[in-house]
Amino acid sequence: MTVVGTIKDIRDDVRSGSRKATDICGQVFDQIRAYDATLHAFNTVVEERALAQAAAVDRHPQRATLPLAGVPVALKDNLCTRGVRTTASSKILEQFVPPFDATVVRHLEAAGAVIVGKTNCDEFAMGSSTENSAFGVTRNPWALNRIPGGSSGGSAVAVAAGMAPLALGSDTGGSIRQPAAHCGIVGLKPTYGRVSRYGLLAFASSLDQIGPLTRTVEDAAIALSVIAGVDAADATSAPEQVPDYPAQLNGNTRPLTIGVPRALVDEGVDREVSAAFTAALEQLRDSGAKLVDVTLAYASAAIPVYYLVATAEASSNLARYDGVRYGYRAAAAARSAQPGQTMHDDLRAMYGRTRAEGFGAEVKRRIMLGTYVLSAGYYDAYYLKAQQVRTLIRRDYERAFEHADVVAMPTSPTPAFKLGERISDPLQMYLGDVFTVSANLAGLPAISVPCGLTAANLPIGLQLTGRMFDEATLLSAAHAYERRTEWWKRHPTL
Amino acid sequence: MASGFSRAQVEAVAALANLELNDAEIELFARQLGDILEYATQVQGIDTTGVPPTASVVTRHSADRVDAVAASLDRADALANAPDASGQAGLFKVPRVIG
Repeated sequence: MTVVGTIKDIRDDVRSGSRKATDICGQVFDQIRAYDATLHAFNTVVEERALAQAAAVDRHPQRATLPLAGVPVALKDNLCTRGVRTTASSKILEQFVPPFDATVVRHLEAAGAVIVGKTNCDEFAMGSSTENSAFGVTRNPWALNRIPGGSSGGSAVAVAAGMAPLALGSDTGGSIRQPAAHCGIVGLKPTYGRVSRYGLLAFASSLDQIGPLTRTVEDAAIALSVIAGVDAADATSAPEQVPDYPAQLNGNTRPLTIGVPRALVDEGVDREVSAAFTAALEQLRDSGAKLVDVTLAYASAAIPVYYLVATAEASSNLARYDGVRYGYRAAAAARSAQPGQTMHDDLRAMYGRTRAEGFGAEVKRRIMLGTYVLSAGYYDAYYLKAQQVRTLIRRDYERAFEHADVVAMPTSPTPAFKLGERISDPLQMYLGDVFTVSANLAGLPAISVPCGLTAANLPIGLQLTGRMFDEATLLSAAHAYERRTEWWKRHPTL
Repeated sequence: MASGFSRAQVEAVAALANLELNDAEIELFARQLGDILEYATQVQGIDTTGVPPTASVVTRHSADRVDAVAASLDRADALANAPDASGQAGLFKVPRVIG
């Protein structure tokens, strides 16, 4: 599985010339050819383009200064890539070829990264299993009959199965952290505004954030340093300076205080996940960290608040997919065509039919829910109320961070579930997001690191959540934990 | 709300959302949206007296920029993904809107 090594290994080797970017790129595509027919991590691969990019890195006069020299990267298929099909795993964008790059893509390429392809995900990032893709499911490399998590499931599988040392995902309610946990890798959701969202196909604009999926915490720090920063094209991107995250990984000399929301994590968690979480807390304590109880009193309301806020925003964001400027347009229905004509009866009928044929069930469900909670007569009872409780959830964390540097929880209450197990029960699927959604509602950075395996050999993730814009402390805490464990060295057997 | 989500309500919301639903979807969504909203009503029991809403967590405004002319997307590129467009006229084409 370690066919090409970590980001740091690759970067250092390509910089020094001991390995060629083109050779690494070739190895990655060998791996994709060997396993992706089974796993389906990718919607699109761009081998020729990647080899050309890698050759350019090998020839680059400043190769020794590139922070991601020759590092292959897989991009979630909701990140726009100029000239490369970008579908959001939706039929409505099946043929969409963006005329521009997302800001993160520009940053990656300028840093010497090599884009290998676009990864499968839940349609428009709506889901927790990658089963809501118009292009088929992605399988968990640790157990092929199980989901890889979602929505960034393809990105997590690409990294876990050695098809890329780095992938980018997007995280609206856990969509980077939960698949990272289910696939035994590291997943980081940065602070809201830390990374520009320009070129990310919007789902819920006040919650969405782009972040890296990697094998190690150090790799996540290296990737974050490249993609973070203010961007004139995203008014919500933050002007806060970007620290040198990798340099600060070991810079934390004082013992950390780790907050544990006992009441929350003692309930409804799978026995093996709970045991791994408890063991992780013990290891953190052994490493010199101090554990304190914190109260997240409103955390139990985070799921309803999330699904009210996120669907409201989604219903607005997805209004743009109407078959006019880009994407799929439904053929005229026979019943509306006059003899000899193939016209739609009118514009609105074309909208309705295009969206009916272009969107899958979960996207329709969320558009419906969001439209309803924003509609006259229900706005105050649902949407406004949810926004008020969102404030209470933020205040919970503000109080917790008066006592703690980071807050620890399991990433997901269960290991990866079986394909098909929850797909017909959307509410059951939503409940699995209990530990991840509150970081998005509060805008906080959060990371999942591997912390164990179940008896059935399924990965378990430890989630740490940090203060706004304090990724440096968050990463150093995660790094300190990871270095005391061997979990990150474990790979699935393919 | 679970039992109170009628077909007519689903159809009204679908019309607002520009979504054409078939009979099976109307039935399914009436049930599922009812279940989800019933679960979501738990937020209504939380006392939020005097609590301001959070629409965004952004605290520092960084959107100001110089009001200067800059390059924008090329027209041909902007039209290239349209299902129906006239490159020559530089227009997206849509079905009849009125009459």
